[in-house]
Amino acid sequence: MTELPTSTDRKMGLVIDLDTCVGCHACVISCKGWNTENYGAPLSDQNPYGADPSGTFLNRVHSYEVQPEKGHAQLIHFPKSCLHCEDAPCVTVCPTGASYKRVEDGIVLVNESNCIGCGLCAWSCPYGARELDLAEGVMKKCTLCVDRIYNENLPEEDRVPSCVRTCPAGARHFGDLGDPSSDVSKLVAERSGMDLMPEMGTKPVNKYLPPRPKDTVEEEIDILAPLLAPVAEEPKGFLGWLDKTLEKF
Amino acid sequence: MHPAPSVIIFTTLSGLGFGLLFFLGLGLPVVTGMVAFVFYAIAFGLAVGGLAASTFHLGHPERAWRAFTQWKTSWLSREGVCAVAALLVMGLYAIGAVFLGQNWSALGVLGSVLSLGTVFTTSMIYTQLKTIPRWNMKLTPAMFLSFALAGGALLAGQVSIALPLLAVAALVQLAYWKYGDDALAASGTNLGTATGLGDRGAVRAFEPPHTGSNYLLREFVHVVGRKHAQKLRVIAFGLGFALPLVLLLLPFESTMLKHTVAGLAVLAHLAGVAASRWLFFAQAEHVVGLYYGKR
Ligand code: SF4
Ligand code: SF4
Repeated sequence: MTELPTSTDRKMGLVIDLDTCVGCHACVISCKGWNTENYGAPLSDQNPYGADPSGTFLNRVHSYEVQPEKGHAQLIHFPKSCLHCEDAPCVTVCPTGASYKRVEDGIVLVNESNCIGCGLCAWSCPYGARELDLAEGVMKKCTLCVDRIYNENLPEEDRVPSCVRTCPAGARHFGDLGDPSSDVSKLVAERSGMDLMPEMGTKPVNKYLPPRPKDTVEEEIDILAPLLAPVAEEPKGFLGWLDKTLEKF
Repeated sequence: MHPAPSVIIFTTLSGLGFGLLFFLGLGLPVVTGMVAFVFYAIAFGLAVGGLAASTFHLGHPERAWRAFTQWKTSWLSREGVCAVAALLVMGLYAIGAVFLGQNWSALGVLGSVLSLGTVFTTSMIYTQLKTIPRWNMKLTPAMFLSFALAGGALLAGQVSIALPLLAVAALVQLAYWKYGDDALAASGTNLGTATGLGDRGAVRAFEPPHTGSNYLLREFVHVVGRKHAQKLRVIAFGLGFALPLVLLLLPFESTMLKHTVAGLAVLAHLAGVAASRWLFFAQAEHVVGLYYGKR
């Protein structure tokens, strides 16, 4: 049913630390690796070894440059996947009931055997979190690794989304954002976690931690600097004359 | 947005078809027998042909029946339900008119309402999308409805009704372009809000997440055709509204000439609306383009 639940028991989601992400794309690859062989249809590639390769991914890492009014520009790597919105427009627009939000944990999923591949849900998502798989003709999106997080066949430490497990920098955190005492909620409170495009009214569950402010250099603190003053002086005498003469030519 | 031919054909033809059904249902004109047959064949051909074209872009057309189930929340589902209801009711009304020489006017009025309702629900599929500010305006349903009504009146041969309706549709079109051009800026969404980094400085897309193309870029970021937009607007406006208005106002005596000119007016209008619909898609900016530093 594409009516959204009025509330969900838990709000499982990700917290992504923009201060820590190094832009290595490991989460992109591990996501594709896990999800192409587990929940639902595989994530197909078109023309993977040809001149114009493209394919379905559930997680992608952008990189942005922010130029503050004063100081140096900063490079920020920006992983983006489904934010499992509380007010998910992708669910309500779906004509078939294939898209739904789970009451028990708030995860937004697609029932692929009901999906007609009309694409309207992808049109309604502001974040580009849904991609229609060209080989399968159905909509693909992040499942929050619903087939890992409750999977008792996996060792305990693996029962988190694949991207979280993989991130070498520890920039991705997983937990219940509906529980104010959870680690992820505390992290969001501490670091002023933010919503993307709040004006869209989607109420994303996933939060982004903004980069910490960079240190600013107020005055000359390098005690060696005076010793490193340039030693090259203007040439005098014969060399000076040679220099001037040669410059004329 | 990618201007997919299937969607352009669908909205153009079915809009015109349901517009014609609206007037036929109201008894404008009252037709029976062979004349009625021709009118209804045209109307159903346009409406059903358009609906059929719309299934071409589905990944799984064989499951299309499922799209009737979520009318409580989904405008796409409501459109499906409304279209089938309109076609069934107008089908019955047409049987009465063609084979029994009857004019079941209550049924016709119901069919008219449902036909216009179908055009409205179609327009709401686009209007509801906050992600595409150019569509997320009250002028979008106004445009779809005024086009369907003007085209319907034209096809139904109701010259005195078609004249004011064409003028109204022309004005709605101009207003849509004017406000549409500012819609993205007015929405307040930009790369700053998209990344949440806007209050730290100017944000610039530095490196894209992938070197090749993908579904998102193909579907939502269509910049190629936009450079001809101004020329196409002139063509759309001239063919869609100006030329039909002039043709209808020409003082012809012979019925033969009148019919030819009315036929020409319909064709010009159809071509104009198709051009306008192409622009409707090609010029629409989806906010996901911002993440790629595009629009
Ligand atoms: S991020 Fe997009 S796909 Fe995910 S729940 Fe929100 S609107 Fe839907
Ligand atoms: S593509 Fe599938 S999941 Fe998305 S709106 Fe259409 S039917 Fe629903």
